[in-house]
Amino acid sequence: MSVVRAEPVPPSPPPRAVTGPVAWARRNLFSSLGNGLTTLAILLLLAWLVPAALRFLVLDAVWTGESGAACRPEIAGRPVGACWAFVAEKIGYLAYGAYPVPERWRANLFFALTALATGWMLWPGAPRRRLGAAYAFLILPLCAYALLSGAPWLGLATVPTGRWGGLLVTVVVSLVGIVASLPLGILLALGRRSELPVLRLLCTGFIEFWRGVPLITVLFMANVMLPLFLPGDLTVDRLVRPLVGIALFASAYMAEVVRGGLQAVPRGQEEAAAALGLTRPQVLATVVLPQALKVVVPGIVNTMIGLFKDTTLVSIVGISDFIRALEAARADPRWSAPSVPVTAYAFAALVYFAACFAMARYAGFIERRLAAGDRR
Amino acid sequence: MRPDPDAATPAGGARAARGLAAALLAALLLAALLAAAFPATPARAEGLLGEIRARGHLTCGSSPGVAGFGVPDSKGEWRGLDIDFCRALAAAIFDDPGKVRFVPLAAPARFTALQSGEIDVLARNTTWTLARDTSAKLNFPAINFYDGQGFLVRKDRGIAHVEGLDRATICLQQGTTTELNLADWFRTRGLTYKVVAFATAEETGRAYDSGRCDAYSTDKSSLYGERLKMAEPEAHAVLPETISKEPFSPVVRQGDDQWRDIVAWTHYAMLDAEEAGIGQENVEAMRRDALSPDVRRILGLEGKYGEALGLTNDWAYRIIRHVGNYGEAYARNLGDGTPLKIPRGLNALWNKGGLQYGPPIR
Repeated sequence: MSVVRAEPVPPSPPPRAVTGPVAWARRNLFSSLGNGLTTLAILLLLAWLVPAALRFLVLDAVWTGESGAACRPEIAGRPVGACWAFVAEKIGYLAYGAYPVPERWRANLFFALTALATGWMLWPGAPRRRLGAAYAFLILPLCAYALLSGAPWLGLATVPTGRWGGLLVTVVVSLVGIVASLPLGILLALGRRSELPVLRLLCTGFIEFWRGVPLITVLFMANVMLPLFLPGDLTVDRLVRPLVGIALFASAYMAEVVRGGLQAVPRGQEEAAAALGLTRPQVLATVVLPQALKVVVPGIVNTMIGLFKDTTLVSIVGISDFIRALEAARADPRWSAPSVPVTAYAFAALVYFAACFAMARYAGFIERRLAAGDRR
Repeated sequence: MRPDPDAATPAGGARAARGLAAALLAALLLAALLAAAFPATPARAEGLLGEIRARGHLTCGSSPGVAGFGVPDSKGEWRGLDIDFCRALAAAIFDDPGKVRFVPLAAPARFTALQSGEIDVLARNTTWTLARDTSAKLNFPAINFYDGQGFLVRKDRGIAHVEGLDRATICLQQGTTTELNLADWFRTRGLTYKVVAFATAEETGRAYDSGRCDAYSTDKSSLYGERLKMAEPEAHAVLPETISKEPFSPVVRQGDDQWRDIVAWTHYAMLDAEEAGIGQENVEAMRRDALSPDVRRILGLEGKYGEALGLTNDWAYRIIRHVGNYGEAYARNLGDGTPLKIPRGLNALWNKGGLQYGPPIR
């Protein structure tokens, strides 16, 4: 008989008070009186909101129907929630606006090409990214223009911009804003820090001017006032005017974001690079900008999300963007029902949330990747 | 020793530099592309009609979405009374109602779009007032819809006339002339009322539907559309009285009388066709064997009235064949053929108790 154990005692489970769901809840949700009350309040709020939203959006919703009558309680014979049949009927209009139905494949191809460019540029592991950049910045704009506006020499009938609408216009406006504002913003930010006084003044003036006016003013100027100032026989396309306005407006904001990044790069970096014999453009392109842009990724994405949402303002000056298309679609007397407006706005909220949330998640992913080098 | 710059530059840096250059190039290219892609419209010819013919299509300022007047259907095709008016113009000029481009215009932009020459005609339920006619250098050739402020009430309240609204609560939208019209009308009759105003038509309708007000007041043409948004449309009725004048007319720029005549007579031709009993269905038969000189003049079989307008003599025939007469356009967009079911009322022909009166084509 031995009094010495031959093997170690198996570890006993930790006390119930520190593991398991109850302990987790106590530690995270009810750690103090204040926290406990807050948790309770939030739970009550959720219990009040979630079932109602679920009932309206899913359980009581009407999914199919020929007209707005299907979404009326007295005809459906039950309480009626969201009228998704309306969205199903109008989805073509919401996506493409008045774009002619036989030509809508062109808009679809444009969406596909844009998705390809986005994936190619945004996925860090994608092959041949330089080719991707050339595609996204050179080939895609040309293809998109030929596809959407028409190229008679390719057999694509011309579709005037007045017929573009819905999500298509929202995507076009956002893309032009984002694609134009990044390079322009970088140039402006560099110009503002330049040692040449004229250039610096010009850039500062430009940035401060565009930051000093609200976007809605810019749009009104572009679509209401500008035609009065132009000589009588010169008119610029209705869609191009706000596009230019949005691009300039966004680049002013982008410039300030980038300038913040430039200021975060220590002066020594530039001096060290210059000491190595790098030329001024080389210093900027290889030392300063890569570090500056890395710092401001959240700011850039923030500006882009803001821009994407701001594009709805073009609906006020009569451009048929997604929101405007939604408003026009629900003016259809065939689809008049009490729940149609709420359904329309719920759908818009879902679409915008999905887009902005995706952008935010992507920014988080890129930030973590870029920050990998700084972690110890 | 000066290091070889290429060797000293990290590979990533070179890529970044080239990427930057590519991005700048792309921005420049984009700008050039936009400038080249949407060229300015050609210079104006002598008259707007000649310009429209040379261009090959009419541009028509339309409403961005008002039930019955201009609203896109599920395929994105515009439908409505004002839309049909523009199609009728295109039919008269080109014998093709499809040769018209619609420019949906928000209210603040509509007159400048016309003044700047962006559109040829504005057909967008626009009220004709003296101030607009004179100060903005516009012309309102012909009233194609007589609208006016009315009231929507619950049928079970037993209110049959506006006088029954004494001491009533009335829902309306803020910042419109509705409120002023209402004040004038009630004051002159010594009646009292209470206003509950809301920012949007949506809220106003909802408040009325929930029973906060006894009546909902706005233009009658909108009331019929609003009625459809109520939980039980059949439980509501529009009172027969109209307390303000809102004549809707297409609008053209001042200074081109020929164009103004064409716009006015397009509407009158649709009225005269209805009065003479010529519709889309029977226009071919009428053209073949009509004896009445009235009908023969409308259809261009006698006289040279179309040429006098600068069009072809069969201009009215083209309008009727492609778009129909006024009654048909009304029924298709506002009348019994639609959920709106707006009675003809003031918009009936003059010999049927309304105000729509087409001067004779002769």
